[in-house]
Amino acid sequence: MTGIRKFIKQYGWSYLFILPSLVTFTIFTLVPVLWSLVISFQDYSLVRGGKWVTPIYANYVEAFTLLNGIFLIAIRNTVIYTLFTVIAAIGLGLILASLIQPLSNRLRTFFRAAYYLPAVTSALIIGLTWAYIFNAQWGFATYLTRMFGLPPIRWLSDPDIAFWSVVLSAVLTLPATAIVLFSAAMGAIPQEYYEAADLDGASPIQKWWNITVPLVKSTTLYLVVLYTIASFEVFERIYIMVPSGVGNSTQTIVTQIYNNGFKDFDFGIASAQAFVLFAMIALVAAFQFRVLRSDVEY
Amino acid sequence: MSAKTTVLPKIADAPKPRFRLQGYAALRWIILIVTAVIALFPMYWLFANAFTPITSNPPLTPILIPAFKLDNFERLLVNNKFYMNWMLNSLIVAFVVTAFHAVFDTMAGYAFAKKRFPGRNLFFVLILSTLMIPIHVTFIPLYLINRQLGLIDSLWALILPGTAWVFGIFLMRQYIQTLPGELIDAAKIDGCSEWGVFRHVIFPLSLPAIAALAIFTFVRSWNDFLWPVIALNKPQNYTLTVGVANLQGEFMTDWGIIFSGAALAALPMIIFFLFFQKYFLEGVRMGALKG
Repeated sequence: MTGIRKFIKQYGWSYLFILPSLVTFTIFTLVPVLWSLVISFQDYSLVRGGKWVTPIYANYVEAFTLLNGIFLIAIRNTVIYTLFTVIAAIGLGLILASLIQPLSNRLRTFFRAAYYLPAVTSALIIGLTWAYIFNAQWGFATYLTRMFGLPPIRWLSDPDIAFWSVVLSAVLTLPATAIVLFSAAMGAIPQEYYEAADLDGASPIQKWWNITVPLVKSTTLYLVVLYTIASFEVFERIYIMVPSGVGNSTQTIVTQIYNNGFKDFDFGIASAQAFVLFAMIALVAAFQFRVLRSDVEY
Repeated sequence: MSAKTTVLPKIADAPKPRFRLQGYAALRWIILIVTAVIALFPMYWLFANAFTPITSNPPLTPILIPAFKLDNFERLLVNNKFYMNWMLNSLIVAFVVTAFHAVFDTMAGYAFAKKRFPGRNLFFVLILSTLMIPIHVTFIPLYLINRQLGLIDSLWALILPGTAWVFGIFLMRQYIQTLPGELIDAAKIDGCSEWGVFRHVIFPLSLPAIAALAIFTFVRSWNDFLWPVIALNKPQNYTLTVGVANLQGEFMTDWGIIFSGAALAALPMIIFFLFFQKYFLEGVRMGALKG
C-alpha cells in the first residue's frame, strides 16, 4: 500500500504531465500505424472487416502489379520529381542565402520575408496559382510563349509535358525554408575565417566554396532530408494541377495511395503502398545521413 | 590590409561584407530582384485576377494590374453560401489543435526534459520513432476509427488526429532541456507545488518556443488538405482548403469566383505572416516550420 502511494507521490505528476499527449498519440498515431501494418496484410472491406490474405505478402505484390505496374511508374515519377526539387532547393537556397548575406539586416529580413511569404499559404493554393500560370489558353506561361512567337503548349494536358510542368512549378516555387535556414547558418560563421582567407588572397568564389559551404553542412543535411521527405509525399500540387491525372505520367506514390485507398477503397493495397513509402523514406534518409554526415571541424 | 568594398553605401550595422564583388554588385541585385519577383509573382497574379472582374474566362492578355474591384468577391459569397462556414471551420479546428499543443506539448516536453520516471525513455523513443513515418500511413485506420466513433464529416475528425502530431513534444523537450534546473529547484525550495513550477517557471520561460510551436501548428492545421478531404463529405463541413479545391470543379465557367475564393483563402495566412513575421522566421530556425 505504502509502496504504491510512494510511487504515485514521486512519479504521479510526471505521468500526469505526459498523459494528454500520450493518450492522443496512442489512439490517433500509434494504434493507426500498427493497425495499418496489419491491414497491409489483409483483404479489408468496410462491410466485413479484415481477412488475412494468402500468401501473407500478397498485397505487397499486388501493389506493384496492379494495373500493369502503375505503382512502379508512380515511384519513378516521384523519384525524378524529388531529385529535381531537392537539388533545386539546396542549390537555390545556398546561392540566394549567400547573396543576401552581405546586405544590411533590414534588407536581409526583407528578402527572407519576400521569399517566405508564398510558403505560408497551403501547398494547395500554391499549386492552384501554378495551375493558372500554366493554363493553356490564358495562363501567364502561355502568354510568354505567344510573345516569343512559339506555338501554344498544352502544359498540363500533354502527357509528355504535364509532369515536367509540375516539376518546373516546384523548382520555381523558391525554397523558402532553405533560404531562411541557410541564411541563419551563414550568419553564425565567424568573420575571422573570411578575414584569414582574405589575407591569403582568396577570391570570393574560393571563400564561398571552402568556408561557407562546408560550415553549413549540418544545415545542408537537415534540409536535404527535409525536402526529400516532403517531395516524396507530394500530393496537393498534383491534385490541383492535373486533377484527372494525365495518363500515368503524373502519378506519384501518394496519389496512388489516395486513389487505391479512398477512391477504390482497396485498403489492403493502399496500406501496403503506404508502408512502401515509409520504407523508401527511411532508406533514403538513412543513406543521406551516411553520405552527408562528416565531422567537419575547422 | 585590403579595403572593404561594400555594395550599398549606407550600411550602418551590417556584418562585414564577405564578398568583394564590386564589379558584380549589379549582377547580385539583378538575381535577387528577379528571384524575388519569381517568388511573389504567383500570389500577386492570383490577387490581381481576384480583384479584377472576370465573369467567365480570363482575358488572353494576362491581367497584371488589378482593377481594385470587389465584384468577384461579391459573386463568390453570394453564389457560395458555405464559404464563410469553411473559414469558420478552419478557424475552429486550427485554434483548438493549436491550444492543445501549446499547453500539453509543453507539459509533456517538461516531463521528458526535466523529470525522471519509469518508462520515460521508452515513451520518448516510441514517440520519436513515429516522427519519420509519413502520416499517410495512418489515414486508413484513422478513417476507420473515426467512422466507428461516428465522427466522419465532423470537425472532431480533424481536431482529434490533429492533437496527435508529436513534433511539438520533441520541440518543447529540446527547448526546456536548455532551461537551468536550478530555477526549478529554487522554486521548489520556495514551496512551489509541482503544478506551480510548471505554471510559474517552465511555461513562462518557454514562451519563445511555445510561440514558434503555436504558429507552426496553426499554419499546418489551417493548410492541411489530404486528411480533411478524406474525412469530410458534405460541402457545408469543409475546411477552407478543401472548399477552395472544390470551387475549381463547381465554378469552371466563372473564373472570377475561383480566383477570389483562392485569394480570400490565402489572405488570413498572409496577414498572419506579415504581423508575426519575426516569430515565423524564428520558428523556422527552431526547426519547427516546414516550408
